[in-house]
Amino acid sequence: MMRWLLLLIALTLPVQAGEEVVLGLSQNRVSITTNFDGSEILIFGAVKREEAIPTDGGPLHVIIAVSGPTLPITVRRKDKRYGIWINTDAVEVDEAPSFYAIATSGPFTEVLKDIEDLRHHISIPRAIRSVGAPMSVTDSEAFTEALIRIRESSDLYQLNEGTVDVTEDTLFGASVALPANLTEGHYTARIFLTRDGLVIDEHEAGIDVQKVGLERFLYNLAHERPLVYGLLSLAIAIAAGWAASAVFRYLRS
Amino acid sequence: MQIYLPIAEVSVNAFLLLGLGGIVGVLSGMFGVGGGFLMTPLLFFIGIPPAVAVATEANQIVASSFSGVLAHFRRKTVDLRMGLVLLVGGLMGAAVGVQVFAALRAVGQVDLLVKLCYVLFLGIIGGLMFFESLNAIRKASKPGAAPKRKKHNWIHALPFKMKFRTSGLYISVIPPVLVGVAVGVLAAIMGVGGGFIMVPAMIYLLGMPTKVVVGTSLFQIIFVTAFTTLMHATTNYTVDLLLALLLLIGGVIGAQIGARIGVKLKAEQLRILLAIMVLAVCGKLAFDLLVQPAELYSLGAAGGH
Repeated sequence: MMRWLLLLIALTLPVQAGEEVVLGLSQNRVSITTNFDGSEILIFGAVKREEAIPTDGGPLHVIIAVSGPTLPITVRRKDKRYGIWINTDAVEVDEAPSFYAIATSGPFTEVLKDIEDLRHHISIPRAIRSVGAPMSVTDSEAFTEALIRIRESSDLYQLNEGTVDVTEDTLFGASVALPANLTEGHYTARIFLTRDGLVIDEHEAGIDVQKVGLERFLYNLAHERPLVYGLLSLAIAIAAGWAASAVFRYLRS
Repeated sequence: MQIYLPIAEVSVNAFLLLGLGGIVGVLSGMFGVGGGFLMTPLLFFIGIPPAVAVATEANQIVASSFSGVLAHFRRKTVDLRMGLVLLVGGLMGAAVGVQVFAALRAVGQVDLLVKLCYVLFLGIIGGLMFFESLNAIRKASKPGAAPKRKKHNWIHALPFKMKFRTSGLYISVIPPVLVGVAVGVLAAIMGVGGGFIMVPAMIYLLGMPTKVVVGTSLFQIIFVTAFTTLMHATTNYTVDLLLALLLLIGGVIGAQIGARIGVKLKAEQLRILLAIMVLAVCGKLAFDLLVQPAELYSLGAAGGH
């Protein structure tokens, strides 16, 4: 038992000790107001080190991955049956972040080795987990690819290579654009320092995305007092219908 | 001006919603249809999640129908008695329809069934109305050939006769109740008010005058959609008040304009326009089913649909 624990600690320790991330966020909460139209988060930080900048390795790279809350999702595929296109196969993806943006300081394959990606689940396909493909589906990868394709086209999944600025191997900064169709929840920003494609330090920070004001009120009412909410909707509908009728009658007379 | 919808969780242009509400409202006031069969696909198109679109649309129809029915009340073109008889059937049908919907949902493929329902009913009704009103227009242009009205058929042999003064009918209550049930079932399955089925059924099956049909249909739709809104709000939490508000502001104004345009048109013209509209929506849906979609894959909430 003790041996396993030691091994675990050894694995989680940075490969090349001595360089650490010190992080700052422009905001650690995003408020969704009625006129919310997307937002931009500025992530910046510095590399703290006890010794001089190591010269033997390659240049320092930074990867920033911002992830939304993960939810299970069903991906369906249409097929032609009896002359019409209908949903036939479905694959449930167990964990797919509702939002996922990666910003790197260089080409993704150069700043991170595949083995490190496998360990830290950084790239988009690795951040998604799918196990539950039914027996009838033999090409479950196609479903995951489709999920990524659809979410990428609506800017929910982004890979922005070379958008992290690294100055003097010490300071870094990037801005991540959050789209307007954002889901509420706890978002995390993970920052990785790499050299020669190996992760040397990792840091995580939380960002709370929340509805506020009228949005919050309506959402809570709809979920906590559904009957009141439903009756309120009807009352507004009836009142608006009557008002329009009254106004038009007044205009005509 | 972008606005973030709290339940739909998307940001959309407020003026786009106002405009959509207005256009559908005009059609609603003109033809006595709720407009759900047009609005719901339009909402899908601008990116509102289907569940939210269907539920919110029901709420919006309440508003535009109420606005429209008031205009008809003042002109005394609502047959209250007929409306109530249809409503009794409608609520029974809606209750059955919700159960049918739940059963189909458990089997899967409910989306496809809804679409096929649309294509089938829109196609049949639109086609029938189109040719019938075309014939009527042709006959009307020929002088002397007066069309035969009020033919006596099997409907008049049924018991429980009732006088519907506004419609000028003396028929059994059984056919209107059955029409109400049928429309209620379909309305619940297809997620619409059911006006586009109700209007032709009243004209062709019950023999009601077109002018009365519109107001009576609207009257009945208010209650059926109000019932649907409450069901969706309490079971699925999918009614978006902000979305409904924007749609109905446009909708109620549109309905008033539509009701006034409707009075100026002849009954045959009104029917042929509705027929063309119904056929157009039917064609679009059939096209989507027959042609290979650009994206074969779609995303849905896990466990749902």
